[in-house]
Amino acid sequence: MTTRIFIPRDAGAVAVGADDVALAFEQIAAKRGIAVELVRTGSRGLYWLEPMVELATPQGRIAYGPVSAADVPALLDAMAGNGQHALRLGVTHEIPWLKRQTRLTFVRCGVIDPRSVDDYRAHGGYRGLERALALTSDQILADVTTSGLRGRGGAGFPTGIKWKTVAQTNADRKYIVCNADEGDSGTFADRMIMEGDPFVVIEGMTIAGITVGATKGYIYIRSEYPHAVEAMNAAIAGARRAGLLGKRIGGSAHEFDLEVRVGAGAYVCGEETSLLESLEGRRGIVRAKPPLPAHKGLFGRPSVINNVLSFAAIPFILDNGAKAYADFGMGRSRGTMPIQLAGNIRYGGLFETAFGVTLGDLVDDIGGGTFTGRPVRAVQVGGPLGAYFPRALFDTPFDYEAFAARDGLIGHGGVVVFDDRVDMAKQARFAMEFCAVESCGKCTPCRIGSTRGVETIDKIINGERVKENLAVVEDLCNTMKFGSLCALGGFTPYPVMSALKHFREDFGGDLGPAPATLQAAE
Amino acid sequence: MASGYEPWDEARGAEIIAEHTGLEGATLVILHALQEAFGYVPEPAIPMVAQALNLSRAEVHGVFTFYHDFRKRPAGRHVLKLCRAEACQAAGGDALAARAEAKLGISLGNTTADDRVTLEPIYCLGLCATAPSAMLDGRVVGRLDETRIDALVAEAQR
Repeated sequence: MTTRIFIPRDAGAVAVGADDVALAFEQIAAKRGIAVELVRTGSRGLYWLEPMVELATPQGRIAYGPVSAADVPALLDAMAGNGQHALRLGVTHEIPWLKRQTRLTFVRCGVIDPRSVDDYRAHGGYRGLERALALTSDQILADVTTSGLRGRGGAGFPTGIKWKTVAQTNADRKYIVCNADEGDSGTFADRMIMEGDPFVVIEGMTIAGITVGATKGYIYIRSEYPHAVEAMNAAIAGARRAGLLGKRIGGSAHEFDLEVRVGAGAYVCGEETSLLESLEGRRGIVRAKPPLPAHKGLFGRPSVINNVLSFAAIPFILDNGAKAYADFGMGRSRGTMPIQLAGNIRYGGLFETAFGVTLGDLVDDIGGGTFTGRPVRAVQVGGPLGAYFPRALFDTPFDYEAFAARDGLIGHGGVVVFDDRVDMAKQARFAMEFCAVESCGKCTPCRIGSTRGVETIDKIINGERVKENLAVVEDLCNTMKFGSLCALGGFTPYPVMSALKHFREDFGGDLGPAPATLQAAE
Repeated sequence: MASGYEPWDEARGAEIIAEHTGLEGATLVILHALQEAFGYVPEPAIPMVAQALNLSRAEVHGVFTFYHDFRKRPAGRHVLKLCRAEACQAAGGDALAARAEAKLGISLGNTTADDRVTLEPIYCLGLCATAPSAMLDGRVVGRLDETRIDALVAEAQR
């Protein structure tokens, strides 16, 4: 009997030795004459257990991890015998960290073979498209709108409204653009889903295409993600072979095809208009809005531009109905959010759950605190443009509005944990420095403000006229926040101002309480 | 790595450019393809791209210089990229970067005098739950510590 073994090919697993483990299984099984079928899956997202190897058994899949190549001989013995081994984690879906999640978008990630359209279909894939093909454009739009889905890239704009605008705009051509320029540090959900379940992205984009009347889509993937580029290209080829991309998709009258484009290391291209410029072959300079991309987007045509996770949520909504999705969540944040726990954290990985979980639960309970074992001091939520939260704000629920009310943002759902050795003045400086390096240069507050920010924070760190220079930084932050053209300059003040407000002691001396400008919205 | 690249050749460059001119918005695609073949984007290729796409030379030069990825000269034989973004900072990446710089005797963004190793910062490899992370010639490595960064540096120097 052939033994089926599942080993991730996810970059996060490969980075900690998954390829070596797979090779060891192949070689040792061959030497012993054991018939082994290796399936390279995505990651389940329990990164502290990677490489995590799973064995198919009549009781379901049994997980082992973290496995190194040296463990393989003993693991093969265990797999042939009673299954017992020190690294045995039990039935995978019963692992508490996985069991307490609500996986709607990531339900297949780590489970299926991401190269196989048949495997995707066997696990419920393409049912959403099948239903969509039987509906009118208005009916699909109603479903997407009722689901309450908001853009998962960070801005949180209602997806249904965006699609409706494109559907109602007349043009000779329209485009679907997937923003896979996941540049925020602490985020990796786009990468994981593209590597672990690429067909769900393709299906979501295809549904968008037939809804708004677009026949061509682009997936703009950052160059730092070569594994995701490879996985998406392989899946696109597979979908074409299966008649699910190209002319007459799924036997219908609809036409839709996809192409992957690779970025070139510019963070600002994650901003949608800059991304469109880049796709058109130009410098990634932000465009002023209006016109909205929904009216004049890629090559001047009406375009739906959504994040990977937004598209990946669509097949579930179409398959199970808008209500099934909207039943999860809180307030105006409906459905689930794939949250990414990262940095100095004990149990880091992908935790998809309904909106409403508190930051404290995410960091202390689910994340298990720091891996260094030291106290958690600061948590940055939402990438380089997100605010630093102190422990005092750990009761904040994961919700677009709740984070905004505390001068923060959930962004793309990244949570980066720092222990008590973090120097928040240095982190504030880094935020300005990053903005200065990555600014596209179009607007003055971002281009000049970030450079002045670095210089001024340096003076503060060196103890030069600290109070006066702090006032300059605060003033700069306000100018950037209200005067910048896009979120890069506009949101860089979040990490800076939150550091100043909540970690004032790191900026030297007795500075007194934070001024009123930093006390807003509390 | 670099040894696997072709030397610059105008005819070969023209051929690569011609392969992609039919695409919508082809500039980045062509620059990537040129760099993949030659290891960098040779200066004589810029006006060739401009002519093929009916753009000005300044426009293509502008695109080329905007993006961090494109090189105007070949990198060292091995390229070691260290993630310098927040998640890796939180996990001790700053100290490891300083260690790599000291071992190689160069600062980030530079190439060793013997042209063996180019050391570069990278802002997020998306390996933030197995931080700190790095990429050596396209191979990703996570959970870096002093032993692992030393091994990576030694491997790059070979």
